[in-house]
Amino acid sequence: MHSRHADWEALSLRWVFGALAAVAIVFLVAPSLIVILTSFTSSYSLKFPPEGLSLRWYAALADAHQMQRAAWNSLLVAFWTTLISVVLGTGGAIAIARSRAVWARACDLLFMSPLLLPALAFGFAALVYIHLLGFQPSIPFLVLGHVIVCAPFVLRTSIAALSQLDPALLDASYSLGANWWTTFRRITLPLIGRGVGAGAFLAFMASFDNVPVSLFLADARTEVLPIHLWQQIETNLDVRTAAVSGLIVIATLVLMVVAEKFAGLTRQMR
Amino acid sequence: MKFRESQLALPLAALFVAFFVAPLAVLIGLSLSGEPELEALSLQQYVKFFTDRFNYSILWSTILLGVKATLVCLAFGYPIAWICARSSPRWQSVIVFLVILPILTSVVVRTFSWIVILGRHGVLNKTVLWLGLADEPLDLLFTEFGVVMVLAQVQLPLMVLPILTVLSRTDPNLADASKALGAGEWRTLWRITVPLSLPGVIAGCILTYAACVTAFVTQTLIGGARLIYMPLHIYQQAVGANNWPFAATISVIFMVAVLLVVWVLNRLARVSRGFTHA
Repeated sequence: MHSRHADWEALSLRWVFGALAAVAIVFLVAPSLIVILTSFTSSYSLKFPPEGLSLRWYAALADAHQMQRAAWNSLLVAFWTTLISVVLGTGGAIAIARSRAVWARACDLLFMSPLLLPALAFGFAALVYIHLLGFQPSIPFLVLGHVIVCAPFVLRTSIAALSQLDPALLDASYSLGANWWTTFRRITLPLIGRGVGAGAFLAFMASFDNVPVSLFLADARTEVLPIHLWQQIETNLDVRTAAVSGLIVIATLVLMVVAEKFAGLTRQMR
Repeated sequence: MKFRESQLALPLAALFVAFFVAPLAVLIGLSLSGEPELEALSLQQYVKFFTDRFNYSILWSTILLGVKATLVCLAFGYPIAWICARSSPRWQSVIVFLVILPILTSVVVRTFSWIVILGRHGVLNKTVLWLGLADEPLDLLFTEFGVVMVLAQVQLPLMVLPILTVLSRTDPNLADASKALGAGEWRTLWRITVPLSLPGVIAGCILTYAACVTAFVTQTLIGGARLIYMPLHIYQQAVGANNWPFAATISVIFMVAVLLVVWVLNRLARVSRGFTHA
């Protein structure tokens, strides 16, 4: 009697949670699949399921010069943002990961705060600041703005990786006569490399996708892809937008598989 | 001679001071300026904000939007994390991969796919009509319901990951002990598993809430021009109306409102950690 009740309980919990989780997973994945399928439509309208399949909208991208320029700007900005975020973020992580000092906690809070503060407010603040200093928005400022909102990703995964690193290994290296740089290169970096790599990947994606900061720090000359797409979708829904979107989803998937293979992405995210 | 590792934080700290703290300070300064002169220190802009119903109704609906989307994320996110924590390592990787797929996909693209889904001739409406649940297509785009749904999908991973982290570190013996002592599965869930995972739940709520209220792209594309939330309000005042002092004031008020909620949740997290160690 008792055990039958317990069985029923176990089953009901598993069913309720299983159903909710299944709905949630479909809810998470379906939009990406729908974008990919819609992008192969042969018609002029964005219907799902598409009426016929073709690659014509992908071919049409070859003539979308404005979109191509925006994509190139985005890649350029994301590249520099990732590079700077990795160099500065890894340094910051090494400095604060194992310190319990008050300054280290304060730095941690400061470096993580862009993830919580409304990025749009920061973007506007950066625009006001640049104007006050007498500059115009340009690619270097755009990169700096992106570094502020992307470096926290590198910092977070690097700190997580460093906290797994056994300090005895570093002591052993020092006691065998290696200096700091050799120890960093031969011991620390290989051991935290996957964490840093996952952070770099996240920073790259976050920069490539950033709208709130770019909205204020990019102008017509330096237009980036997400802003261009946002405007396209707001004004006239054009099927080429679906093709770019499909391309972005496919590229993201490929990059994720690569990041999973080389940096153990899913383990770093936990 | 070994140099001090703490010095390695200097470049990043310098960048943050010069390009994060300084701009925010300038923003606060600008928000305190009086109207035509921009020189005198005054609270004029703040008075203007809080004496106009339009402004604070936007603030309120933004906060409410964040709360609703966060609750939807929690309702779906907790079960995913719970199931995932109980799966084999291989399945865990698969589930985490599926969960982070959307967060790494461009938010503009994700929102765009929702337009295809929610439109009057979209997938959802076709299904509803086919099932005979409604006689005519439902209005889903440009409604608050639509914005909450899409925000929940876009930000769900931020809820799942912190809960998963805590759940997978929880000692499974505790739940087993509870069951061995005669508590049922549901009782064990409410009395043991959920309280132990509260720090993760609160961390997830903080991240989701902060991301939802500031989600400019989703709010504007799904909400349209009629549903105005704080980010669009700032953008319109800054770029459309070119009224920088007022845009600065809205930004400061918005930041304070977000941080207040984060602070309250953080206090709760501290209390809940207290009970796990008790």
